[in-house]
Amino acid sequence: MTDITSSSFVRQDLLAERPAPVKTTGFIGLVRTRLFNSPTNILLTIVGALLLWFTIVPSVRFLMVDAVWSGQDRTACLAENAGFAVGACWPYIQAKLPQLIYGFYPEAERWRVDLTMVLAVVLLLPLLVPRLPAKGLNAGLFFVAFPVVAFFLLHGGGIKGFGLSWTAGLLQLFDESIIGAGQALLSLSKTSAIAPLLWVVGSLIVLIGTAISWLIFPLTWLRDYVQVMGQPVWADFGVTAAIVSLIAFFLAGGIRTGGRALASSIATFIAIAIVIKLMGLDRGGLPVVTTNLWGGLLVTLVVSVTGIVTSLPIGIALALGRRSTIPLIRIFSIAFIEFWRGVPLITVLFFATYMLPLFLPGNFTVDGLVRALIGIALFTGAYQAENVRGGLAAIPRGQSEAAAALGLSWWKTTSLIVLPQALRHVIPNLVNSFISLLKDTSLVSIVALFDLLGSLRASFSDPKWSTPSTAFTGFAFAGIIYFIFCFGMSRYSLFVERRLNAHRRS
Amino acid sequence: MSAPIVKISGLNKWYGEFHVLRDIDLAVAKGERIVICGPSGSGKSTLIRCINALEEFQEGEIVVDGIELGPNLKHVDAVRREVGMVFQSFNLFPHLTVLDNCTLAPIWVRNIPKKDAEATAMKFLERVKIPHQANKFPGQMSGGQQQRVAIARALTMNPKVMLFDEPTSALDPEMVKEVLDTMVDLAEEGMTMLVVTHEMGFAREVANRVVFMDAGQIIEANTPREFFAAPRHARTKLFLSQILR
Ligand SMILES: Nc1ncnc2c1ncn2[C@@H]1O[C@H](COP(=O)(O)OP(=O)(O)OP(=O)(O)O)[C@@H](O)[C@H]1O
Ligand SMILES: [Mg+2]
Repeated sequence: MTDITSSSFVRQDLLAERPAPVKTTGFIGLVRTRLFNSPTNILLTIVGALLLWFTIVPSVRFLMVDAVWSGQDRTACLAENAGFAVGACWPYIQAKLPQLIYGFYPEAERWRVDLTMVLAVVLLLPLLVPRLPAKGLNAGLFFVAFPVVAFFLLHGGGIKGFGLSWTAGLLQLFDESIIGAGQALLSLSKTSAIAPLLWVVGSLIVLIGTAISWLIFPLTWLRDYVQVMGQPVWADFGVTAAIVSLIAFFLAGGIRTGGRALASSIATFIAIAIVIKLMGLDRGGLPVVTTNLWGGLLVTLVVSVTGIVTSLPIGIALALGRRSTIPLIRIFSIAFIEFWRGVPLITVLFFATYMLPLFLPGNFTVDGLVRALIGIALFTGAYQAENVRGGLAAIPRGQSEAAAALGLSWWKTTSLIVLPQALRHVIPNLVNSFISLLKDTSLVSIVALFDLLGSLRASFSDPKWSTPSTAFTGFAFAGIIYFIFCFGMSRYSLFVERRLNAHRRS
Repeated sequence: MSAPIVKISGLNKWYGEFHVLRDIDLAVAKGERIVICGPSGSGKSTLIRCINALEEFQEGEIVVDGIELGPNLKHVDAVRREVGMVFQSFNLFPHLTVLDNCTLAPIWVRNIPKKDAEATAMKFLERVKIPHQANKFPGQMSGGQQQRVAIARALTMNPKVMLFDEPTSALDPEMVKEVLDTMVDLAEEGMTMLVVTHEMGFAREVANRVVFMDAGQIIEANTPREFFAAPRHARTKLFLSQILR
């Protein structure tokens, strides 16, 4: 070594050439430094390579190399005709694809399913890309307008009234059930030992019911008046639009500041009118396709999307309820969560499908799919509640104290300060539950709903396609579909997590 | 002397069986700067947290700018609108930028349009000398900067009284000065301040009155000159001898 501490320097001997140091970058470098740099790593590398060899190679052989790609029926997929040990039988999937996607949905109406899926994608994709504008409008369309449109597209049918009739009908139903309860008490009072008490309570309830019926009389009268007009739906629509727009106008501050609210209310109603007109809802709508005809991927997506979209608000409400200082709300939330977490999903589905109808009053039926939907939403909601609670617990008390000191109410503190932070903490857990929900939808096939897996299994029994590899092909296909959705969600959640947690990278 | 802007009378508070605040009487005039000091656990934080109803109390009454806050905490919202608070641990909202931290309350509590709220927030951020960091997240700033943002955030609500709970005790020594300077500026503008702090230099320079607390009660209250030069109570003397050395 030369010492260069003095200010002048003249080289004495030239340096000889040396070989380059051992490579640490590139493929060779990687192999040296990461895979074979110690005995343990050598062993792990070999084990890993063997694992890959024994899983990837047979899969590729089954799915691609040994697969049959075309044919009309089972004969194409038999070893004696193909001339080799047949792997996947893809013509079978090709032939059954419509059934796997639509179930027994009538062929002539399948465009409705396609249109719904296209609508969903068109509304969902811009919602998922953070850079695009108008998130509020987009979310409103996807979470409020789309479900309604999707219902009338997929299920069909029209409407006989609008907001006015529905409100009046609901209030009337509510009122009738009150009066009914009162009368039940009154009739009980004839035989009971505490007769006078029952009689008093019963009369009181009937009295309240009658009072309510007088209170809502203007509404029911207007409803009946509108219903006998030539165009009941449009008359009702007009009345509803006028009432709602006026309320919005005055709530937003009347002439001075209510203009915007009025304009957006009118715009919304115009949009609703266009949809009603386009789908002919006032004239009976599209032909009804009952949900027992739905099937395949359609059911899987309907169940999982509804489950995902409804379970999160349920979970948030329950998690907040569990931390509430009001004992009744807290106890209810805890009981609810523990109940739903304590029973298996299969039990829930069985109960919803076969037992619930026995409990409901005679003429009151709930569609089978809807029952399963509610069961799954509540079940997942209970799990999401615990996930959200974990996030809430991670927020220091100082955060809500600071918000309170600034004068924010409990609702604003919760929705602006606490929840946004809590949910960011638990994105992985939330998505974990979504993924397991998506896969659990396959359980609905045990209550006579034919989801993707159910349709697949139904198709196994077709003798036209019965070959040794049919079942394997089918399950491989279903597996790939589930994997695409789950993997997609997982990657997207990672992206969201990184983006939302930008503030933590200091 | 004009009517006090904060008047605490007969305040008593218990944590379960533990009597934390005992018969506190304190009146603060408009524009007055009060420094509260005392040993750890003496109830200083609890006292000033009672003033904006972050803690409830069992007996007594607090009147802030004519608004009465009794044990049932009825006028909480009205009181909180008059009182700003700065915490030892800043408590900025980490998921919001500095600017959003400062505009959140004006927008959501006072219903001020976003544009105006941002203009006001920038004005206050300039006053605490960090306007160019408005778009950073709190986690990307030093402790001193965060505490100054917290002060600006409280000021955007135009409080009549500012409460400080040990605003500098979580800070490195070189950052203490920048926060104290901000507080001195604020005092010079005539803000009514109640400051819990162990910064005796600040107390000497800025305070009109120093209040010494121990075991949940006010032991001694006096002008800083008298308080430091001639403490009267034995407990005060002991405390001062320990911290001034
Ligand atoms: N939530 C609580 N429950 C029970 N006791 C409490 C609670 N908060 C505070 N205390 C007690 O009340 C007393 C006063 O606490 P406080 O925080 O007001 O003290 P302090 O004077 O601010 O002390 P420091 O200088 O350490 O901040 C302490 O003895 C503390 O242990
Ligand atoms: Mg304290």
